Amino acid sequence: MHEVDMTKALIATLKNWYKEQPENHKIEKVHLIVGKFTCVEPASLQFAFINCTKNTFLDGVELAIQETPLIAFCADCNREYLPEIGSHYSCPHCQSPMQDIRSGRELKIDRIQYSSLN
Amino acid sequence: MHQTFDAALGINLLHTNQIGAEHNREHFDEWGIVCLNIMSGPGAGKTALLEKTLLGLSDRLKIAVIEGDMTTELDADRLRSSGVPVIAINTGRACHLDSQMVAGGIHQLTQQLNPNQLDLVLVENVGNLVCPAEFEVGEHAKVALLSVTEGEDKPLKYPIMFQEADCLLISKIDLVPYLEIDIERMEANIRQINPTAKILQISAKTGQGLEEWFNWIFSQLM
Repeated sequence: MHEVDMTKALIATLKNWYKEQPENHKIEKVHLIVGKFTCVEPASLQFAFINCTKNTFLDGVELAIQETPLIAFCADCNREYLPEIGSHYSCPHCQSPMQDIRSGRELKIDRIQYSSLN
Repeated sequence: MHQTFDAALGINLLHTNQIGAEHNREHFDEWGIVCLNIMSGPGAGKTALLEKTLLGLSDRLKIAVIEGDMTTELDADRLRSSGVPVIAINTGRACHLDSQMVAGGIHQLTQQLNPNQLDLVLVENVGNLVCPAEFEVGEHAKVALLSVTEGEDKPLKYPIMFQEADCLLISKIDLVPYLEIDIERMEANIRQINPTAKILQISAKTGQGLEEWFNWIFSQLM
């Protein structure tokens, strides 16, 4: 399950950020953006995050995952379209191949919500 | 007073892996090596292709192999009989190679030989159509194999692998007469998501398409 690797990478990044902060604070929520056209399953990521953060500084931190749809741009039609993942990726109007992906490939740690302990 | 704050990060989840991949690629560039990442589902014929590739090219090119396998050295042993240096990386339960594992493989290679002498490093990834596509290892190009027995619809079901590939090898092409498979449709499905990749039909068994495959490798070395 590669979501565990992704979670470890996420924890490493959060740890670096945490150490760089001058004051004590508590991370409350981590916001991710995960595209539909990636190899990541949000439910697996949630599960891995809960299990990998037990008894660490991230224990109990909420993981919010915003999914982005797959949107492609057809240069021939000069318009965006929504490919059907798993069955049809070409432009539904002119059948040009999917070339220009405008959304759906994101795998991003967007922002961290934290509170001061003082 | 309890105050909450927001810190914007905008960092890729695979940031650490990508940094490692770039580092590996810098090493390859410094040594004048081209690295190909060879991926497919289990049993599509990666090792058979590599055997024939080493046989066909090792008198013309100095090649090394980095072999990812979940638990065994079976594949590595098969390839070692060609006389080419083969580094085996047991990935344990991880279902793909990542840049750190390949960095370990590169390190082992440099202990065995002078990397400046090498032209080509072939990385055989773990058999898996899903996650190897997301984890760069420092390759210059990605090669994906799809065997004719896997069916026409695999590119649609596992699109990322086929979208990321620079060269697509339709393998075991000699089996077509025994199957109900529409190769044209298979290629059309690949083209839906990847209009520019080189697509070659090959058979490691009969040798069909291997010369074209070797030519493609040479085109990457330019």
